[in-house]
Amino acid sequence: MEPTPDTSAYMIAGYAVFFIVSAIYIMSLFVRNRSLQRDLETLENLDQKK
Amino acid sequence: MTPKPVLLKVLDYLSIILLVIATYLALVYAPTEQVMGDVQRVFYFHIGTAWVGLLGFILSALLGITYLVTKDMKWDIIEVAAVEISVVFFFITIVLGSIWARPAWNTWWTWDPRLTTAAITELVYVAYFMLRAGVEDPERRARFGAVYALFGGLSAPITFMAIRLFRSIHPVVIGAANANQEKMNMSPDMRVAFFFALFAFTVIFIDLFWNRIRLGQLENKVEQLKLKVM
Repeated sequence: MEPTPDTSAYMIAGYAVFFIVSAIYIMSLFVRNRSLQRDLETLENLDQKK
Repeated sequence: MTPKPVLLKVLDYLSIILLVIATYLALVYAPTEQVMGDVQRVFYFHIGTAWVGLLGFILSALLGITYLVTKDMKWDIIEVAAVEISVVFFFITIVLGSIWARPAWNTWWTWDPRLTTAAITELVYVAYFMLRAGVEDPERRARFGAVYALFGGLSAPITFMAIRLFRSIHPVVIGAANANQEKMNMSPDMRVAFFFALFAFTVIFIDLFWNRIRLGQLENKVEQLKLKVM
């Protein structure tokens, strides 16, 4: 029987990709939300002044 | 914007907990596959992300139909949310598959029917956002997006069925394979990690979907206010 190959580096790479891409996406949701909240505040102020 | 509902907050925390458990099951609990070694552990998240990716694409097609019937912008917001999350998950699926393929097939990429249809599906939905970015009028944008998502949705079942309809080197995980195909055999512990990953990614998808819908609603509100103020 052949020995099991050491492919752990690929496994680490795979999970690193998963967590990095997921973190970037979640960060993008936060950043977009914060920026829209700021825009909304500014626009509401402008609307009240009109 | 209304404050975050308690149920969504609970879902946020539940998603994190489920992800931690799914990672533990995949990396520690499941036994090492004898032929491929540790790289096989990538498979649990590869299938999990593929499942929710394709689910979101099919869902967006149904939401596209709903928008075309009702002409209610809320369906457009929900459709965009489904496509965006699925594009992210499906991108991860393709990259994880490529990483698995390097030691398993001795290549990062091959133009196999499954890999080709998966790449086309991802590109179809990247183009969906390019199409939307090119249309200024919100109603026209929603209409074009809905029709596009409707036809784009066809690529999801084609990708799923590609390994069953054509000669492929991609292993078949769900359903019976024909004599020429490689079938993935899992031990009971592997099955636990596999089905838990499917469940965890379904919950994570629902959580992200809800959060992204709320973001879409905020975007819509800002856009409406901009039109009013400017």
